Order: sequence, then C-alpha cells, then structure tokens
Amino acid sequence: MARIWSFLSATRGRERLHWTDWASYAYLVAGIFLMFGPVVWLLLSSFKTPNELDRFPPRFLPYVQEQVEIDGMDKPLPAFRIVEGELAGKIAGQTRRAAGRAEVILPENPGERIRLNANQLEAIEGVAFATENYTQLFKRFNFLQFFWNSTFITLTATALMLLVNSMAAFVLAKYEFRGRNAVLLAVIGTLMVPSTVVLVPLFLIVTQLGMFNSLWGVIIPGAATPTGVFLLRQYMITIPDEILDAARMDKASEWKIFWRIVLPLSAPAIAVLAILAIMWRWNDFLWPLIVLTQSENFTLQLALNSFQGELQTDWPSLLAMTVLTLLPIAFAFMFLQKYIATGIASTGGK
Amino acid sequence: MLSVISPIMRIIEIPMLALQRMLGINRLAWVFLAPNLILFGLFAFLPVILNLVYAMTGGENILLANRPGVGMQNFSNLLDCGDYFDSHSCRDDKFWRAIWNTVWFVTLQVGFMVGLSLLTALILNRKIRARGFFRSVFFFPVLLSPVVVALIWKWILQRDGVLNAFLDWTGVGGVNWLVDAQWAFAWSVFISVWAHMGFYTLILLAGLQAIPRDVYEAAIMDQASPWRTFRRITLPLLSPTMLVVLVLALIKGVQTFDEVFAFTGGGPGTATTFIIQYIYQEGFAGAPRLYGVAAAASLLVALVLVALTLVQLWVNRRNANG
Repeated sequence: MARIWSFLSATRGRERLHWTDWASYAYLVAGIFLMFGPVVWLLLSSFKTPNELDRFPPRFLPYVQEQVEIDGMDKPLPAFRIVEGELAGKIAGQTRRAAGRAEVILPENPGERIRLNANQLEAIEGVAFATENYTQLFKRFNFLQFFWNSTFITLTATALMLLVNSMAAFVLAKYEFRGRNAVLLAVIGTLMVPSTVVLVPLFLIVTQLGMFNSLWGVIIPGAATPTGVFLLRQYMITIPDEILDAARMDKASEWKIFWRIVLPLSAPAIAVLAILAIMWRWNDFLWPLIVLTQSENFTLQLALNSFQGELQTDWPSLLAMTVLTLLPIAFAFMFLQKYIATGIASTGGK
Repeated sequence: MLSVISPIMRIIEIPMLALQRMLGINRLAWVFLAPNLILFGLFAFLPVILNLVYAMTGGENILLANRPGVGMQNFSNLLDCGDYFDSHSCRDDKFWRAIWNTVWFVTLQVGFMVGLSLLTALILNRKIRARGFFRSVFFFPVLLSPVVVALIWKWILQRDGVLNAFLDWTGVGGVNWLVDAQWAFAWSVFISVWAHMGFYTLILLAGLQAIPRDVYEAAIMDQASPWRTFRRITLPLLSPTMLVVLVLALIKGVQTFDEVFAFTGGGPGTATTFIIQYIYQEGFAGAPRLYGVAAAASLLVALVLVALTLVQLWVNRRNANG
C-alpha cells in the first residue's frame, strides 16, 4: 500500500525511469485507449456500409467491396474472386444472386453468364470510407433543419447572454448604489434553483408567453445566468476606475463607457463565457426536450435521441449524425483548448 | 463581427443616453440591471413560488386557475411508505425506486469519479512528458454532449457490438448489457464517470499545482517517505479542493438525467430511472400529466440541492479566506 502511494505522490528529479514512472505511463496510455478509443470506433463505424455494420464480429477498418467494369454492362459490378471449381483464381463480376446461387461474368469473356454456387465466390474488398451514411442524412432526414435549429439557438442564446450578463456585471462591479448587495444576494440565490427543479412552472410561463414549440422558448429562459454575471463581474472589478472617470470627463455616456471601454477590456472573460455558453447550449437536452415537441423544431440532440427507436435503431444514420453533432465541439476544442480548460476550471461550471 | 455589433450598440445608446439625462448615473444602474433581473424574476424566482402552488394542487391542467387545491395531498402520497427502504411498500413505488436508484447512483458515481480524478490528477502532476496532451485526453469527453456520450457507448455495448465481439473472442462470451438491470446500472455509472471525470481532474490538478514547492523541499530535507509526504502534506493541503469537487459532483450527480435517459431510457424496467426522469415522466412524458406530483417531487429535490449549494457557498468562502 505504502509503495502505491509513494508512486502517486513522489516528485523526484532522477534521470533513470523509476518503476513508478513506468506505471504512470502505463496508466496514461491505458487512458488514451479508454478515452479516445470509443470516439475513434464511432468515427470508423460511421464510414462503414450498412452491410459492414451488420457484420459480427466487426472489423476494425471500414471495408467496401470492390467493383469491376465489364464491357457491355451499364454499371460496374461487385467484384468476386472464384475460389473453387475449374475457374478458381479468376476475378468475376456478379450480376445476380439468389438462394445460394450466383450468376457471374468474367471480364475477359463479357458475353457469357456463368452460374456458380454462392460459396464458390469470395468478395474482393478493400479499405475504403463509405460516405453514404452521411449523404443519406441529407436525403432521408431533415438534417439541415436540425443543424440550423441547434446553430440558431446556440448563437442567439450566446449573444443574448453575453449582452445581458455583461450589462449587469458592469454595474455590479463599477457602481455604488443602494440595493447592490441585495441584487448580488438575489443572483447567488438563483444558483440554488437550477431549471431541473422548477420544470413545471417554467413550462407554464414559457407556454403563457407563447414560446412553447418555439426556439425562443429554449433561448430566453436561460439567457441570464448567475455564473456569467459573477465571472464577468470578477473580471470587471480589476479594471481601474480612473479609466472610466477619464472617459466621463470627456463627456462619454455611461453606455458608451460600457461598450467602448469596459467590454473590450473584459475580452478574455467574455471569450471564456462565450465558449461555455456555446457548449451549454449546443449540448442542452432536458429543457429543449420539454419545450420542443415537433420534429421540425428539434435540435440535433433531440433528433439524435428520437432516432434511436425502441426496437429498430437505424445505426448507419445515427452514427453519421452523432459524428456531425460532436464535430463543431471537437473543432472548438482543438483551437480553443486553453480557454476552455481555464474557463471551466475558474467557474466550476459545465 | 464588430461591424454587426457596433451599429446595434449605437442604436441602444440613444435611449440609454436619454435615460441617463433623466435618471442620473446612479439610478441608471437599474436600467443596466433590468434585463437580467427581469429574466431572473420570470424564469428563476417566479417559478419557485409557482412550484409551491403546483405542488399543492391536483388535476392535469397546466393553468393554475383550473387546478383544484389538494393541500398537502401530493406530498403525503409521495411520502406514504410502509418501509422507506423498500419501494414496493410505498404508495408511489416509482418515486421511491427513483430515489433509491439516485442515491445508489450518486454514491457510486461520485465515489469512483473523485477517486479516479484524484489518481489521474496525481499522475498528471508528476514529471511526465507531454503533460498537456495527456491532460486533454482525459478532459475532452467533458465537452461531448450527453446524448453523444450515450450513443457512443450504446454502439459499443449493443448485442452485436465490439465489446461482445471481443468477449466472444476471448472465450468469456458476450452479455446483452443494457437488457440486464444490474449491468445497465453499472454501465450508467461508468459512462457518467467517463464523461465527467476530466472536469474534476482539472480542478484537482489546479489544486495540486497551487501547493507550494518549498513544502515538498522541506519534506525531502527531513527525509520524509513519499507516503508520509502524501498523507501529511498533499492530502491536507488538497482537502479544500477535494471538498469543492465533492460538493460539485454531488450537486451534478443528483440532477443526472440526459446521458442515462439517452443511454437506457431509464430501463430495463425502472432500473436506471433517476429522480429527474421521474419528474419528467410524471409531468411531461405523456398522459396523464400529473404536474402536481412532478412539482412536489421537484420541491423535495430542490431542498436537497439548496442544502448542497449552501455547503458549496460556505466551502468557497472558507477557501477564499484561506
């Protein structure tokens, strides 16, 4: 036991790798497999044909059957290698298959149709990424509509939240007025009532405001957040009052001071909040599930959830859609990793 | 970007300037606060009050005027139990099943998550190569949406999925994971830990890095064993951060809904139905829409969350004061 702990807590500067270092690296490498593995598997699976997805046991890489061009045929035919009989070793294109019998044509002899047992044939396959799961998302489902709904909600809600929260944070950080402490207390109070515990009355209010089954019903209720107000206020407090006073001397209006001076100076905090807000809204589920009940209003998350049917799940489409749903967040992560990590750690919210 | 914002801001400036002349700078503060306060009032404070009204009325109508008062009936129905540890003896057995599921889930999930986050943070805090890379490896699932997390794992765990293929290959044999109540529950805990542990690792790592180096150097001078150093220095100095992590994890854990709902739908049966899903099902999932029951159950959950949030605020304040 003591040795295990010694390896966890040690901070030593020797050059040779101690066994505890090996154990640490083993843990981290196992971590790569466990954390990345499932996502890589999703990605690879999404590029497999439906036939390939039905295959058990599954193969790691996506395979696609190769095709062979034969003179006189309109379309390329699926390619097979003949493994038994007098034609063994030859490559043929299959025209028909039924009840264990197959009809094939040899490329060198396009005129003749040969009948064989299906088990005399072996499909010729190569590693290839099939994109039909993705293309049929656009054909068979209203994918662009869902994507647009999610994007609209995310962008509008984020913009609205930044404006509303920064206005409040500005006066709470820079003004001395009666009632300021009461307001701060009220903001803290809202921390205690997450929307999960007031779903019923929220539903009434949103319905009464005519926002049921409307994207605005998702956007507006979450536009003011205690996290946002506090994060921005903490940052705005550090802006020196002298700058504001100098602007007042120059007869700048308070609004101008707010958006011309305070907002630009708070850019780092605003960036952090913007990233958080985008993540919250893009991934939001429970409240949209209650407010948006018609499929044309569905966000990507709702569409994903509703497409996994009770009995028959359309995995080919679902996999492709899952990949497209996580893609924007994955890109954001790659480029904004530093901000995201500090933002989440500093607000304690996700 | 700026070209969109500037005109909007300039338009807002016109009424704001007029208001400033009319009210003076100090009363202008309330104008700045107004949008936020209205939203808070409408979507946070008013709902808390209305929730009480719903909890004390019955029927299936959402409009308050059409709801007959039932007093404490909803609460007494929920709390009517022969033996609180046995959901079958309760009048609303689904509610108690959800409560006990949630209690078990939170206990296991928070326990494993805090333990694993601590282990990971301690390893990441060592002198290792590519620390930034490894940190993001453990962190990135935090960004995935709950539904995506659920589907990723559902695809792996399905009957003809890759995990069963692997188990067949090793000779152990596959299991129909999400059809078996206990496995479904265990996997729900697992995916929840998988999705969220990176967040807590990050906080704990920040806590570890805030421990001053010279304390450790002093320990080395005193030839303290690594185990002793960990027990006597790392753990005590990390305990404020541990407390933050614990309380945050509890608050989030009690509200678990999205990922498990998308993962198992609460099933098989009610094996993975947690309290928020119970509220959702009573109030919104279909007829009859028992808003009163949902509101009463919400209120009971809210009491737990308020208590936890107060602890959180107390912890934050204590940490801030050193």
